[in-house]
Amino acid sequence: MPAFNLKINNKTYSVEADADTPLLWVLRDIIGLVGTKFGCGIGQCGACTIHVDGNAMRSCLLQVSLAEGMNITTIEGLSKHGDHPVQQAWKEVDVPQCGYCQAGQIMTASAFLKYNPSPSDEEIRNAMHGNICRCAAYNSIEEAVKVASKKLS
Amino acid sequence: MALSNKNSFSRRDFLKTSALAGGGMIIGFNIFNACKSDVRLPVDLSQLNYKDFNAYIKISTEGKVTIYSVNPEIGQGVKTSMPMIIAEELDVAWEDVYVVQAPLDTENYSNQTAGGSQSIRRSWQPLRETGATAKQMLVNAAAATWGVDANTCSAKKGVISNANGDTLGYGDVVDAAAVLDVPKDVTLKDPKEFTIIGKGKSNVDIDKIITGKPLFGLDYKEEGMVYASVLRPPAFGQLLESYDASKAKALPGVMDVITIGEKARAMLSNGKPNWSVKLSTTDKVVVIGKTTWDVIKGKKALSATWKTETSLESSDDHDKKLLNLVNGKKFRTRRKDGDVKKAFADADKVIERVYTSTFLPHNTMEPMNFFANVTSDKVHLVGPTQTPEAAEEGVAAMLGRSKDDIHVDLTRMGGGFGRRLYNDYVMEAVEISDAIKKPVKMISTREDDMTTGVYRPAAKYKIAASIKDGKLTGYHLKEACINGNMYGLIPNFFPAGAIENYQVDSARLRSNITVGAWRAPYTNFLATAEQSFFDELAEELGIDRVKLHMDLLENVKKNPDPNIEYSPDRLQGVLKTVIKKSNWGNTPEDVYQGLSVYYCHNTHVAEVADVVMENGVPIVKKVTCAIDCGIVVNPLGAMNQARGGVLDGIGHAMYADFGFKDGRPLANNFNGYQLIRMAQTPKVEVHFIESDIAPTGLGEPTLPPVGAAVANAIYKATGRRLTKLPYMNNMDVDEKILG
Repeated sequence: MPAFNLKINNKTYSVEADADTPLLWVLRDIIGLVGTKFGCGIGQCGACTIHVDGNAMRSCLLQVSLAEGMNITTIEGLSKHGDHPVQQAWKEVDVPQCGYCQAGQIMTASAFLKYNPSPSDEEIRNAMHGNICRCAAYNSIEEAVKVASKKLS
Repeated sequence: MALSNKNSFSRRDFLKTSALAGGGMIIGFNIFNACKSDVRLPVDLSQLNYKDFNAYIKISTEGKVTIYSVNPEIGQGVKTSMPMIIAEELDVAWEDVYVVQAPLDTENYSNQTAGGSQSIRRSWQPLRETGATAKQMLVNAAAATWGVDANTCSAKKGVISNANGDTLGYGDVVDAAAVLDVPKDVTLKDPKEFTIIGKGKSNVDIDKIITGKPLFGLDYKEEGMVYASVLRPPAFGQLLESYDASKAKALPGVMDVITIGEKARAMLSNGKPNWSVKLSTTDKVVVIGKTTWDVIKGKKALSATWKTETSLESSDDHDKKLLNLVNGKKFRTRRKDGDVKKAFADADKVIERVYTSTFLPHNTMEPMNFFANVTSDKVHLVGPTQTPEAAEEGVAAMLGRSKDDIHVDLTRMGGGFGRRLYNDYVMEAVEISDAIKKPVKMISTREDDMTTGVYRPAAKYKIAASIKDGKLTGYHLKEACINGNMYGLIPNFFPAGAIENYQVDSARLRSNITVGAWRAPYTNFLATAEQSFFDELAEELGIDRVKLHMDLLENVKKNPDPNIEYSPDRLQGVLKTVIKKSNWGNTPEDVYQGLSVYYCHNTHVAEVADVVMENGVPIVKKVTCAIDCGIVVNPLGAMNQARGGVLDGIGHAMYADFGFKDGRPLANNFNGYQLIRMAQTPKVEVHFIESDIAPTGLGEPTLPPVGAAVANAIYKATGRRLTKLPYMNNMDVDEKILG
């Protein structure tokens, strides 16, 4: 089995996996970073969203062989103490219901706000449209993105 | 059920207390039944066995309180709200309270189930009594230390004080309190004194959720654990005939390929141990591997042939058969008041409509999965289930072992919505581990979940009403539903009791497609049909929609019926509130409003949907929701539940399309099945009715009414009455606009 060197949350990992293994399963099953969630496996739900070189990406669609040399951030590495402004906002608004999709929501929101720190309501709604929340906590997610935006700007 | 402050326990034997070996006090209690009289509490925390108590409270010598929360958490918030109730009566600062999910043990104990929005309703009183008892014992201990009468002492936020101004912390007296007798009478707080209940408390797992800590079943891992993926028949009605695993076995990460099904079949032939066991009799092919990806790949590399055991059904046929049933004569009558036949014969006019819903998959975000480790000593199970006790019973029956051998640890659940009431996936994991003699995690993919589900059944309602001299004289509802009736349990809901001549009949269509409870079972579609019909009825009668409803509820009050489950006053209360708060009838010209009023799961709800038309597409802009669920324990959690239910209801009413062709589901992932997403969501404005009545459930009741509120608003906007779900299939709009 081939080996790959990955840079995740500012640490280097050497992992053995089939070249076509989605990064999602390397993170979860091989490295043990289980904050990134499996929802659909086809890039439709956003539960597996991570940052690759600062951009939000679906880890279920990114093959491990293509992830070498990239700067990968998962929910575990978003902040040292769980206090990224988006995480703080999520806590203040008490967003999660079942909580399963929230890591993906937070990763999408944090990447989006980095490039657009003061978005309009419509920009927020469109940016978050790719992440499904089956509990439909959407009103709270929207509110939390606004709270985070205030913290960032 | 009103609150009483003075409380002599009729069942105070549900609770025991003891000193802990290392200092501190332990309280063991059972929510739903008494403790055995000879049971003794453990004196060491490592000995908490959950055989005799379903929950414990530990009070440490530092005054910190750990509550072992007792109900499965599926996102409905009970892991936060139930400890809030204990902490309120115990009178400790919420910051000093820690909550730990209790594992399952069922020796003496039932109802560790999340379902039907019943968790809070059933545990409210025992949780309060437990908290109040512990507080009284601490106060008694402090009083004894001071040599004063306990009645002259009081406690607040973990500190006890007496008339002389002396104070002692709970931690200071906990060792003394632990050896006192359990008091016979305790005083519960007046709801006006509540400082924790009614104040928003964040989800107790919030820090773990936002930092990605392992919490869910899918995150659970053990040394030596392998992964398993199960290949099940692609169509309902099929069984495995043969398979070829040579390609799968050649993959480097695949450890083995086996079949399971024999043990499940043997168990089923003896009769199902309980309703939660929904298993087919087929053999299934299981790929065992080192990672999830290995087994997903391995499963794709399998080739299998299937034989048809029973008919391969299609939704088109179901639709015709259900229509024949509601138009037919073979029914079971669920409630009959007066004489609808005569009312209809005498009527000036009869209106009649048929409403149709599809099957629905649950689509919890966390797919079905379970960890099982079957050894000769014990069976260790870890994962997400809404019915751990039923799972334990099923596993014991399948393996022919004692329930004492089986230990279930619950994880937080990535959604339930009814799917995890059924333990098919737990049983599969157990059968796999038993076969390979290894700890194993069975993981379903989204495709597995969506295509081998336990679906909300497709159904039709035919509702007819008779009008004579401008008045509603009769109401006749007929239901046809696949496998089991949605209407079965609720013949005494509105409009029962409001209309002189009233009848509800149901009929059932047998099918080999597995169906079961889906969020707000029985009412999730019934409410849509009924409240759409009432809108049309008001129009036919030429009576204002709100007045029609208020008048009908007035009829109920005039003719009290002990069987009626809802409160006409509380329904009128939510109706009045929603009318006021939604600015009903006074919105801008391009905003169209629809109303729906409903009672289910012991909670009364009224909703108004505001719809605008954009490019010929109806867009729900806002939903105003008035709720009477008694005392709101946790406003933050309650708000989340209420808003989520409304948006979930809109999503499924507008977009969710699911059917079968030749036994095969027509969608298998989110590219072919639409769940609501953010840009499609309205703002949901929630108003809770102030109340001092004991709390009722919130996980479900806001969902059922919203479909009709939206349909009634779309009618005003388009002149079109919608009777078939999902609504978007009826809108003749360009797919591109929907996005």
